[in-house]
Amino acid sequence: MHLDHTHTHDGPSAVGADAHRPDGSRRALRIGLGGPVGSGKTATVAALCRALRDELSLAVVTNDIYTREDAEFLLREAVLPPERITAVETGACPHTAIRDDISANLEAVEDLEDEVGPLDLILVESGGDNLTATFSKGLVDAQIFVIDVAGGDDVPRKGGPGVTTADLLVVNKTDLAPYVGSDLARMAADAKAQRAELPVVLQSLRGEDGVTAVAGWVRERLAAWTA
Amino acid sequence: MTATATGGVRATARIAARADGRGGTALPVLESEGPLAVRRTRAASGDEARVMLVGAMSGPLGGDHFTVAARAGAGARLRVGSAAATLALPGQTGGGARYDVRLDVAAGAELCWLPEQLISARGSELYVSSRVDLAPGARLVLREEQVLGRAGEEPGRLTSRLTVRLGGRPLLDQELACGPGAPGGWDGPAVLAGHRALGQLVVVRPEYAESAPAARVLGECAALTPLAGPAVLVTALAADALRLRRVLDEALAVLG
Amino acid sequence: MPTPTPSTTRAALLVLADGRFPAGGHAHSGGAEAAVRAGRITGAAELEEFCRGRLHTAGLVAASLAAAAALGVGPAPLDAAADARTPSPALRRVARRLGRQLMRAARATWPSAELDALADRFPKGAHQPVVLGLTARAAGLGAEDAAYCSVYESVGGPASATVRLLSLDPFDATGVLARLAPEMDLVVGRAVEAAWRAVDEGVDVLPAVSAPLLEIGAEAHGGWAVRLFAS
Repeated sequence: MHLDHTHTHDGPSAVGADAHRPDGSRRALRIGLGGPVGSGKTATVAALCRALRDELSLAVVTNDIYTREDAEFLLREAVLPPERITAVETGACPHTAIRDDISANLEAVEDLEDEVGPLDLILVESGGDNLTATFSKGLVDAQIFVIDVAGGDDVPRKGGPGVTTADLLVVNKTDLAPYVGSDLARMAADAKAQRAELPVVLQSLRGEDGVTAVAGWVRERLAAWTA
Repeated sequence: MTATATGGVRATARIAARADGRGGTALPVLESEGPLAVRRTRAASGDEARVMLVGAMSGPLGGDHFTVAARAGAGARLRVGSAAATLALPGQTGGGARYDVRLDVAAGAELCWLPEQLISARGSELYVSSRVDLAPGARLVLREEQVLGRAGEEPGRLTSRLTVRLGGRPLLDQELACGPGAPGGWDGPAVLAGHRALGQLVVVRPEYAESAPAARVLGECAALTPLAGPAVLVTALAADALRLRRVLDEALAVLG
Repeated sequence: MPTPTPSTTRAALLVLADGRFPAGGHAHSGGAEAAVRAGRITGAAELEEFCRGRLHTAGLVAASLAAAAALGVGPAPLDAAADARTPSPALRRVARRLGRQLMRAARATWPSAELDALADRFPKGAHQPVVLGLTARAAGLGAEDAAYCSVYESVGGPASATVRLLSLDPFDATGVLARLAPEMDLVVGRAVEAAWRAVDEGVDVLPAVSAPLLEIGAEAHGGWAVRLFAS
């Protein structure tokens, strides 16, 4: 909560994406993960938690559509202690909860910082909703859009706000490309054309490198955040 | 007993209980008039006093105004029941009837208020107001059951309000308006959905401040809910009075 | 002595009452999901009776609290009055969560010392109608505006949720709201009258009309593993 009276009339920065907590300390970096159903967002979150939990203090907020399944998957996999995972209920509209009305998510991230903080990083995962769902800048500092090769190799070409504007585009499940007839080179080229200088990672969580590239990108963002 | 402005009957019953100093409960005040009669009955346990409300006439009728006031003083254990259900009937003069219950429980005292059902007969119009004032440390078991119409009968107009205060602060405030002329939707899917018997059981115990029973659903149409204070409320709806009593009895047994 | 804020910017009411006002309401069905699951709402006619019942019970109580807060009645006694009128702990949690979400949106939209003080006093949220009343004050709106906003929410939420829950024709759902409009006017009148009495006589005189099935249904709903709405 922003209880400090001296900060409450500073305009929009007094709420939402203010980089500081009421006590003046720097709040955790917030990274959003969005993308279509089944593209591997939750698996990527789980892999990031395993990769980063020994070096960072982190927590996860999930936005499910009509269950708490994503949160329960993370709990079952024990990627983090349960008190570091919060499920936000979205009334069947995750895109509303991460973009149009971020109040419940802001509460969730603040409560996590209050209850298990100090935190370095909070991953905010959106339930797979649609290709246009993006995170509000009032909620996250950077966003990752996760698509997969099985969802069709024309997704990068078609674009859309997630594919074109996300700070990182992840093309997931590259190991499946031969089986679903997706052309990885074409996907990479189309993504490059849509995104200009913005980075793209092709990953297979089953491969040797797993989430390494994405984890590296997160570390860079965090270094910039705390600089 | 006097007449009210509308030509009905005004009657008051008073009960006061206090510790008798020998481990029991004395009843220094036990007064009633007209259609309201109160009698002391044999208590099940030695430290408790039992009082029965006896309806010498059926009522309240339209225009009547009944008041029952009971006070459990420090250390007293008072249990009040009624001999039969109370039947709200239409009066000859028309107009509504009023039934006031005023309960007062001191610190360390216990009141069990367990009357039989109130039945709202067709054409009747009754306003029931129950106000309970508890001192910090008081104990209470209170049951209210309302039956809308006798078997197969349309209900009358019934408005009731139950207010429980603890140490001067509101603990529970619940109002219900049903029957012909009540604001719309009272029998619809948000409120009663066709149920003809509704009941509330309020249990206040100081030890609930430390640990109150968890909320739970009791079957299809009842729930036990911890209040914002050392108390729980059981709210139940049922098709009839018998089924309602079964749910409330089970809930009381669960609470022990 | 509390003083009402003069109604100077009526258009602010549209901003506050807009379903897109970012205060968390979209994730709640106002008990409609529980009623749908129990088979008590299957179409537009039952939705209308549901909304009518909700309007005259929880809707009236919420509107009275909001109107009283807008008139300057103290938020702490109003919040305690709201607790006493909400036996279901699931509904008390929802009311505070929505209150906290509204407080955030309100402070960003209409900064005010009163809202800051409320946030200080209730960091985890006050009951939503109390916050709504103070928000109306901060927006330059009056008690009647606060009550209108509250009664509209009390039926608009379940109606739009039922469109999603039952794939109900949205024109039917909107028709339900339009038919309830005269009753919303009535309830607003009662709420504002009670709020003015509360200014002089204290919060005990505010309505306390309850809807047993909303309370019971909220407890059942709170225990489900799979649901579309948070309440």
